[in-house]
Amino acid sequence: MSNDLSPAFADPIADAQSCFRSVLDAMARPGHRHATSGVSAPAPLCDAAAAVLLTLADHETPLWLDPAAADASVWITFHTGAPAAPPAQAMFAMALSLPDLTHLSVGTDETPETSATVILQVASLTTGQRYVLEGPGLREPKVVAIDGLPPDFAAIWQRNHAQYPLGVDLILCAGNQLTALPRSVSIKDA
Amino acid sequence: MTDSARSTHPDPARRRWMAVLARAEADRIAKLLAHCGNLPAHTIIRGPEGGLVMVRGRAGGGGSAFNLGEMTVTRCTVRTETGFIGHAYVAGREERRAELAALVDALMQDNDRNTEVETRVITPLERQQMERKAERASNAAATRVQFFAMQTMRT
Amino acid sequence: MAYVAVKGGEKAIDNAHAWLARERRGDTVHPVLSVAQIEEQLGRSVDRVMAEGSLYDRELAALAIKQAQGDLIEAAFLIRAYRTTLPRFAHSRPVETAAMRIERRVSAVFKDLPGGQVLGPTYDYTHRLLDFSLLDDEAVAPATRSPHPLEPMPRVPDILGQEGLIEPDTSAEQEPGDLTREPLTFPADRDVRLQALARGDEGFILGLGYSTQRGYGGSHPFAGEIRMGEVSVEIEPAELGFSIDIGDLVLTECQMVNQFKGSKTVPPQFTRGYGLIFGFGERKAMSMALVDRAMRAGELGEDVTAPAQNIEFVLYHSDNIEATGFVEHLKLPHYVDFQSELQNVRRMRESAA
Repeated sequence: MSNDLSPAFADPIADAQSCFRSVLDAMARPGHRHATSGVSAPAPLCDAAAAVLLTLADHETPLWLDPAAADASVWITFHTGAPAAPPAQAMFAMALSLPDLTHLSVGTDETPETSATVILQVASLTTGQRYVLEGPGLREPKVVAIDGLPPDFAAIWQRNHAQYPLGVDLILCAGNQLTALPRSVSIKDA
Repeated sequence: MTDSARSTHPDPARRRWMAVLARAEADRIAKLLAHCGNLPAHTIIRGPEGGLVMVRGRAGGGGSAFNLGEMTVTRCTVRTETGFIGHAYVAGREERRAELAALVDALMQDNDRNTEVETRVITPLERQQMERKAERASNAAATRVQFFAMQTMRT
Repeated sequence: MAYVAVKGGEKAIDNAHAWLARERRGDTVHPVLSVAQIEEQLGRSVDRVMAEGSLYDRELAALAIKQAQGDLIEAAFLIRAYRTTLPRFAHSRPVETAAMRIERRVSAVFKDLPGGQVLGPTYDYTHRLLDFSLLDDEAVAPATRSPHPLEPMPRVPDILGQEGLIEPDTSAEQEPGDLTREPLTFPADRDVRLQALARGDEGFILGLGYSTQRGYGGSHPFAGEIRMGEVSVEIEPAELGFSIDIGDLVLTECQMVNQFKGSKTVPPQFTRGYGLIFGFGERKAMSMALVDRAMRAGELGEDVTAPAQNIEFVLYHSDNIEATGFVEHLKLPHYVDFQSELQNVRRMRESAA
């Protein structure tokens, strides 16, 4: 059990800043991929998902953790201090498969920023189903390949996107790679 | 020895030594620790890192909680090569103190060392802290007003 | 409001800052002032900067005072800026002021209360005559020690509460609001009001408290109890799952007891105002308790007529960092605004002529 407490970022400040910058850029330019570094994740998390959690979650951000990722729970709690919460109260959701987005907070008209952000671990960000992304931050429609989303993902996402400015944001992680799908982006199957 | 298994059981003895360590000076801990023979090597799992704790009070002293203001806190977690995990959260910004406090917390959980570290480190630190408290209390007691009634001048 | 970016001040700014550093140091024939000296010998300044900077750290407050040349609002500003760079690990369990290690405790309502009147290191009863012996490096005698230990000191509201003559504390077990996290919204609850008062400007809170005594929303206060001393702080880190004691803070608490003639729903009884602040700051804690009580006017069914009873007025104007920012922004270039005003005035004069 004491293996649960492996260290977090090798360089807590620089690595977190670099990861934050990557998430920021991925949110601003949906679908762009970034590499994270400095952390060796506890199973079953991938390095990028662990880095995003370390960067964004803290004791003031209630976290819903996919039961399938329960083995990483002690590590996450220790390093982030994020309290466990049911989906409706979570500011972050760490998932190994797409959770039901309608169970998550989409924010309110007055405070759309209080919606949940899903950190979703997928198999690949370079191969798999191809999607066309359009929206703010993309001069041209962008084609991305993602392996690990449900077959009807585009339809699910459009229901989330239709609520804009409300809605959840998605950070996708695979290996040490991350990208983001903010609620503002429109997604079609390619 | 699992940290998480221990931590589900609030341990009054551990709460006591952690409170003593939180108030101890780094140099003093280091000096006392030097009398404890060969110490196991330790690796740092987290920190030492500085941060804040929001201090809460209660409206009226006993009512609903409110946020009074923050305080600086430094925390550290270490693991000894003998497999014990020690934690420290200490007021202030002294990283060395947090690391030493975490190390002593780990040593105190080791039944083979507990008695020696208690005698050579925790007890002297606690005694010093009690003396300081007793001195402040006796200074305060000296300013307690001893009322006496004046004799009535009018008949 | 319009601002125009103008370049050309860099050299002047650099020179101004260099001169400031020189002015801060003063004449080098005198030894440099150490942060430890400020921490030890200017303790009330340190307390005030901690309270209004809303961060308990004596050394940082002393450093800020040194850097700000003793300008305490500037020092609190430096502290507020610094705290934003640190992560917050936890919030504490509410501190137990009933278990305070008392250094001062006085009551103006009961002479012979349990535990007695303990004066502590007070300026009261001094004659406010300048002590010229302090011009020299004066040796001080050690503080007197008493062989008699302090007795337990129950809080005055608890003593009055036994007869049911004072409103009890009511506790809602909900997360208190936090001004540093969520923007202020009205009507603001008492938790947020107390937080704002605890970090508010001492002079502003003092003036408002004084105004309630002079008839602007007053309700005849008594200083039920003032206590100052150390409390320990406990947090419950998630990885431990039990609470631990992380150190001590010096706090000042004031329980103000106020007359209340009762309302349709509440029988006549004493009501309370509460003050709690970082450090030894009796003036501020007492003022805070007066203003806290005044802001409860609406809740207690009293008419809200005076500035101190107006929650929005008090909360929007008590923070000296915010107030400084808005007042001092007036010195920023308003060249364009002013040009348009000039044209307006000229035009009005022309048309009037």
